[in-house]
Amino acid sequence: MTERMLVKGNEAVGWGAVNAGVDAFFGYPITPQNEVIEWFARELPQRGKVFVQTQSENGAIMMVYGGAAAGFRVMTSTAGPGWSLMQEGMSHLAAADIPCVIVITQRGGPGQGSIRHAQMDYNNVTRGGGAGGYKTIVLAPNSVQEIHDFMQLAFHLADKYANPVIVLSDGILGLILEAVELKPIQFEPLPEKTWAVKGRDRHPEKMARRFVHCSPASGKFREGFYHYGAWLEHMDKRIRQMAEAEIRYQTYQADEADLIIVAFGYVSRVCTEAVNRARAEGLKVGLLRPITLWPLASAAIREQAEMGRKILVVEDNLGQMVDDVRCAVEGKTEVHFLGMLSRHLPTDGGMILPGRVMEEIRRIL
Amino acid sequence: MSGEAATKVRVTGLKRSFFVPLIGCPGCQHPILARTIGEVLEEMEMDGKAIVVTGIGCAAGIATLNLDTVLGSHGGAPDTATGIKRLRPECMVVTMQGDGDCIAIGAGSFIGAMTRGENITIVMSNNTNYGTTGGQLAPTTLIGQKTATSPDGRNPLKEGYPVHVAELAATFRGVAFSARGALNTAANYQRTKKYIRTAFEKQIEGAGLSFVEVLSACPPNWHMTPVECLDWIAAKMIPEFPLGEFKNGKRS
Repeated sequence: MTERMLVKGNEAVGWGAVNAGVDAFFGYPITPQNEVIEWFARELPQRGKVFVQTQSENGAIMMVYGGAAAGFRVMTSTAGPGWSLMQEGMSHLAAADIPCVIVITQRGGPGQGSIRHAQMDYNNVTRGGGAGGYKTIVLAPNSVQEIHDFMQLAFHLADKYANPVIVLSDGILGLILEAVELKPIQFEPLPEKTWAVKGRDRHPEKMARRFVHCSPASGKFREGFYHYGAWLEHMDKRIRQMAEAEIRYQTYQADEADLIIVAFGYVSRVCTEAVNRARAEGLKVGLLRPITLWPLASAAIREQAEMGRKILVVEDNLGQMVDDVRCAVEGKTEVHFLGMLSRHLPTDGGMILPGRVMEEIRRIL
Repeated sequence: MSGEAATKVRVTGLKRSFFVPLIGCPGCQHPILARTIGEVLEEMEMDGKAIVVTGIGCAAGIATLNLDTVLGSHGGAPDTATGIKRLRPECMVVTMQGDGDCIAIGAGSFIGAMTRGENITIVMSNNTNYGTTGGQLAPTTLIGQKTATSPDGRNPLKEGYPVHVAELAATFRGVAFSARGALNTAANYQRTKKYIRTAFEKQIEGAGLSFVEVLSACPPNWHMTPVECLDWIAAKMIPEFPLGEFKNGKRS
């Protein structure tokens, strides 16, 4: 018998992180992720781990940089404007080959926007929002169980590629309660963090220092000069490895279909219900749900287009992932879009509901 | 930082923490400060346990000691040092920052670390300007001092007044030690070295954050010879930024 517990999405972040062996959490309060930081403040010290409430999100991400550079599993969590503040740090983390996990419980934007749910950070998380151009794997759960499991996967992938990994939740997933199996997941063995700073005496060679952000592995310094080209090759290689090996997606009722809905996060749950209703009416509709937003399942989406299926992108923003889907299909089919202007209420509590998705399905087919 | 001045130097007196490629303009005092930090760590047998976090700028760029080092962000070194120290409390964690890094862009990070009383040591070079970017106005620029962005001299009605960082640090309950030294004379160098040692001792005791500000010459941006710089520090900087200890105790 597996033990299941009723857990809130934001608290599943904590349970998942603990099952991944998290060593420290550094964070700053912001709605709608406050249960995350409060969970860590309560639970980490009693497990002998480190919790620090920082003076800002800049502070949180730069503390993550330090803790991770010292070789530990560390993380932070934020939303909206706090995520904007972390961009500088994200650029440094990616540049310095630092593994860590960042949880974003998305809220409406831009600016102060709204403290309620939205999916308006797709572009930012998939592009690398800080200076210079970098990529981070983005995991988009659609249930509390997945938040818990993806936290563990995120720490694993971060260590595997020595790169930050983002878990992209939202104000709905963060606040719903679902039954969750709180089980540690086994992953393949990881390379030792030989690059971590811990004082020269603790390194096998003793006399050789570690220089995080300018390590020999990064190729940045060769024969005593700044070899920018070698560093770019190093970063490019990692981006290509991640893009080839880490694409994750799910399909539902997609074997025989005239229309494929593409949706992620909480909206993919709404669209699952819409697919069920459509099928009950005899409409051949399926769902393709990207689990990694970067790397995106572009080839799988293109395959759908090549089979002559129409595509409907549903996302709770003004149109972000739809651009990537259009790129993926290369004009081979029509791509429709249903966004947050189709929410059921004009307040920030509005949602895209299955009924509205059904209307769109009927209009297209 | 002048690229032509880059040389490989193995400094006599440092046994283990020797300089790797040393970069600095002629007359720059940042490398002297770096060397002093290395000397003190070796004397205390702590160099093998030390982790340096740099800011961004010349004061950070001379973090060329053979010590475990993390290249930080502009202003975020106290945060990064916090992350390290909380997870590796047995290590000696020291930030090397400039005045612009520490008290302009990094003021929030600096004040956050002092508020929490982090057991880290912050060493801040004060050369009254942004050296790396070509000598612009800094929070520490003296009244009337000409810089690339205050070409008529710092006017307090427009650009405000020089900030006294060591005195500010001493007001924080989380700070155990705060002092200001200079490197313009042998006597001042010896006193500065003692401040750095005391700061490290406070960290070992777990007494709270320790802070040392060091007045430092910047010949190219001050448009002076190295020797003129030493005179200018004595005549202009020290009257504005008095040397000495401002707090010596523990967090309370």
